Amino acid sequence: MSRKSTRLDLRPTDGKVLDVNDLHVEFRTRDGVAKAINGVTFSLSHSETLAILGESGSGKSVTAQAIMGILDTPPAYVTGGQVNYCGTDLLKMEEKDMRRVRGDHIAMIFQDALSSLNPVFPVGWQIAEMFRVHRGMNRSDAQAEAVKLMERVRIPAAKERAGNYPHQFSGGMRQRIMIAMAIALNPRVLIADEPTTALDVTVQAQIMTLLKELQEESGMGLILITHDLGVVADVADDIAVMYCGRFVEHCDVHRLYANPAHPYTVGLIDSIPRLDQKGEQLYAIGGLPPSLTNLPTGCSFNPRCRFATDKCRTPGAPPLIEVEDGRFAACYHTEEVLNRERV
Amino acid sequence: MTDQLNTTARRTTGESEAIGGSGAEAGAATLASDLSGIDATVGGPVVGTRPRSLWTDAWHDLRRDPLFWISAVLIVVFIVMALFPGVFTGKDPRACDLAAARHLPSPVHWFGTDIQGCDVYARTIYGARSSILVGILATMGTAIIGSAFGLVAGFRGGWLDALLSRTGDIFYAIPLLLGGIIILYTFPNQVGTPYIVVVLKVVAALAILGWPSIARLMRSSVLQVMPNDYIQAAKALGARPGRIILSHVLPNAMAPVMVVSAINLGSYIAIEATLSYLGIGLQEPAISWGVSISDASGLGYVRSAPHMLLFPSLFLSLAVLAFIFLGEAAQNAFDPKRH
Amino acid sequence: MLKYVIRRLLQMIPVIIGATFILFCLVFALPGDPTAGRCGERPCPPAYVAAFRAEYHLDQPLLAQYGIYMSKLLRGDLGVNFYGNTVISELAIRYPVTIRLALIAVLVEIFVGISAGVVAGVCKGRFVDYLILVSSLVVISIPIFVIGSLAQLVFGMKLGWFPVTAGDGSWGQLVLPGFVLGALSVAYVARLTRANLIDNQHADYVRTAKAKGLSSFRIVTIHTLRNSLIPVITFIGYDFGALMGGAIVTERIFNINGIGNFIFRSISQRDGVSVVGAVTCLVLVYLLANLLVDLLYGVLDPRISHD
Repeated sequence: MSRKSTRLDLRPTDGKVLDVNDLHVEFRTRDGVAKAINGVTFSLSHSETLAILGESGSGKSVTAQAIMGILDTPPAYVTGGQVNYCGTDLLKMEEKDMRRVRGDHIAMIFQDALSSLNPVFPVGWQIAEMFRVHRGMNRSDAQAEAVKLMERVRIPAAKERAGNYPHQFSGGMRQRIMIAMAIALNPRVLIADEPTTALDVTVQAQIMTLLKELQEESGMGLILITHDLGVVADVADDIAVMYCGRFVEHCDVHRLYANPAHPYTVGLIDSIPRLDQKGEQLYAIGGLPPSLTNLPTGCSFNPRCRFATDKCRTPGAPPLIEVEDGRFAACYHTEEVLNRERV
Repeated sequence: MTDQLNTTARRTTGESEAIGGSGAEAGAATLASDLSGIDATVGGPVVGTRPRSLWTDAWHDLRRDPLFWISAVLIVVFIVMALFPGVFTGKDPRACDLAAARHLPSPVHWFGTDIQGCDVYARTIYGARSSILVGILATMGTAIIGSAFGLVAGFRGGWLDALLSRTGDIFYAIPLLLGGIIILYTFPNQVGTPYIVVVLKVVAALAILGWPSIARLMRSSVLQVMPNDYIQAAKALGARPGRIILSHVLPNAMAPVMVVSAINLGSYIAIEATLSYLGIGLQEPAISWGVSISDASGLGYVRSAPHMLLFPSLFLSLAVLAFIFLGEAAQNAFDPKRH
Repeated sequence: MLKYVIRRLLQMIPVIIGATFILFCLVFALPGDPTAGRCGERPCPPAYVAAFRAEYHLDQPLLAQYGIYMSKLLRGDLGVNFYGNTVISELAIRYPVTIRLALIAVLVEIFVGISAGVVAGVCKGRFVDYLILVSSLVVISIPIFVIGSLAQLVFGMKLGWFPVTAGDGSWGQLVLPGFVLGALSVAYVARLTRANLIDNQHADYVRTAKAKGLSSFRIVTIHTLRNSLIPVITFIGYDFGALMGGAIVTERIFNINGIGNFIFRSISQRDGVSVVGAVTCLVLVYLLANLLVDLLYGVLDPRISHD
């Protein structure tokens, strides 16, 4: 068992803590090869918050799990690219070192905290396990640290509740416990995979605020994975929109909301219910996302896109290019989209 | 096995939460709210899949399962063997020659001969009838009694449920083998008792003691089906209870009972053999695998004439295995987690 | 908790009453004359038969006999068998033997069955997995008396590793019979453990454990196994009662002076009092074992509460 008491010595060389380059992941199943991630590139700096937005199946969770190295192989295979953390490619790292990166350097929280916590161990024990495994602490010291963490994520009566089991907490409290576990060792990167999806709206806001505060205290980079534009609007610095395993647009929050540069983002934003358009029918993007085993030739979005031309159907996906300063989009018709007639 | 099935059933009920799109993401939610994660999407084209019932779906899976085909072929062979033993052998299993006792397998006697000098191959072929008959009839008996009681208990509830469930507990608490021994001792066979009566006694003993497990299973299936909207709708529309049971509850609650019954069938065959070994159940001059195995499993014979034990045991094991395979294949096919 | 135990104990009462009544009816309908063979070659004189029948209340209607029996049972008196010995004393000799036998079988289930299941589950799809799966099927499909006879021949007589019979029922003599008795359940335990382990390997909390940076060894042995063993332990617990009833075959093969052999012999001697007493005790052990398992379930799975 890995009772390493020290942290694996990896330090950021420049401002970037995480640099993902041209990542490819595919799922090899009975029914064919599903190309889940097709060349994802981004980087994350100290204290930065990046939101990855996309619908179910767009590959956002797979991206997160590929970064953590916790994809189930088979059926999932990373077929290309690099995940550089502090200058080291995690994909080439030995498993025993990679284990010391997980939890300690890069931590992750998941959507459904009830099923993501082990039902048969007390929550305090599960948090303390981080200190026991990564820091070699003894049981009582680790337990004391766990209680401190529970206080830090503002769980009332932390000391008493550390002995409770996950099912004895409310949804919001459970997610706080997940967060406590994830930040236990002060990771440089925290990946939150739909952290608020299973929660009530008021609790959602509390959890997002908590994450933001913790980030400000520790300066960790935060990747927020979500399908809910509303959740990330106040928190994120940058937003990357994912469709069929690719980033189709990547820019700062304000410009993305004000005027999207990709037809898919346009559709997403137009489908948000707005108070000033009462009584009108809500916009919905026509058609269904394609099957990942059989992606359309050219741009994956072309069958559903009102801007699509023959060029969009020629082989090869449109590259993600800088269309304005610091703004990236993968579309041949960006100009048209930006200057479109508003609804 | 039953326990395993229950656990599976319990677990799957909690898993079917769809990921509902919330807040501002209404657009994306209308697109693909039912695709919970990547696995759903890789399953193939999502557009235009014809909705299939549980049964056609299960049959679709079964057809692709080699386990199912192996077991089906074996079972068909054994059933033909039970019905028409003459197809497999021209020899008379009762034409025994004491002078040719305990011969090893040879071209004349493929499986050798037993203590009485009877042909082991012929006796093994003819022995299929008793074992298969006991297995099938006992399974039908437990399935019918158990399903009926389970249905009524689950559907009516209240005091009737309590009464039936406690009655089931009583029979469940009596060990199957011991209870079988006592019942069969109480109703012993005479020299002239017809073959079918002898068989039916064993069947009755197994059915009387075996039904509670099926009843429990059926009751819990019914309780799972009952809260569904279509049952409530049928009730609201004034359908008679009998009609609701037959056309709505039964088809949906029957799958687990069938799976467990197939697996039980194998174990009833084994229990029949065990009863014969203990000197009750089927006895000479009846021919059955159990009788042959118990004849052959005396210590001296196991050493000097192992073929007498080997061949009937092999057939018995294959028959038991075939039904277990069938049950497992059906269990996999009906498992909602596969879809 | 206490309320739950009391309610469960109360629920046992009708089960025990019902089970004893069924047994009573069956046993006293047993054909044959219990006085046969008591007076040498000749039939017993009518006066003796009458006295015998009066002593054992055989001259009274069935329900009256049952009433007398139950009122004694409530006072812990299982009666006197047709040989003049108290059934309690007969059982006191044999129960420890059968319990020892069943305990060995359960230990075999725990150690052999669970380890085989874990190995198969962890190495899913590899050669070891198939080997364990196939051998478990072989064990399940062969009747226990064939396994027993073969084990006796091979390990007892040919190899001489174990005693061939177990006359006095000491621990050492019961090892081989214990393995035979547990064989079938070992196969089920292995398959159940494997299936649950594989199911749980895809659980969300396992993904969390991976993300925490735990080694796969720790994930399997601490996180997955703990969850997977809950149904397995339930099975083993329920099985303990069933094993005691199933010991009859094993006890016959190895000539063990246990409860199964005692019941079997009592049936063939028409000794009804002994049969009902012995089986009632088995039923009681079975019911108590089930209660124990249900209580244990609450300890193993914190989500279950017995309040």
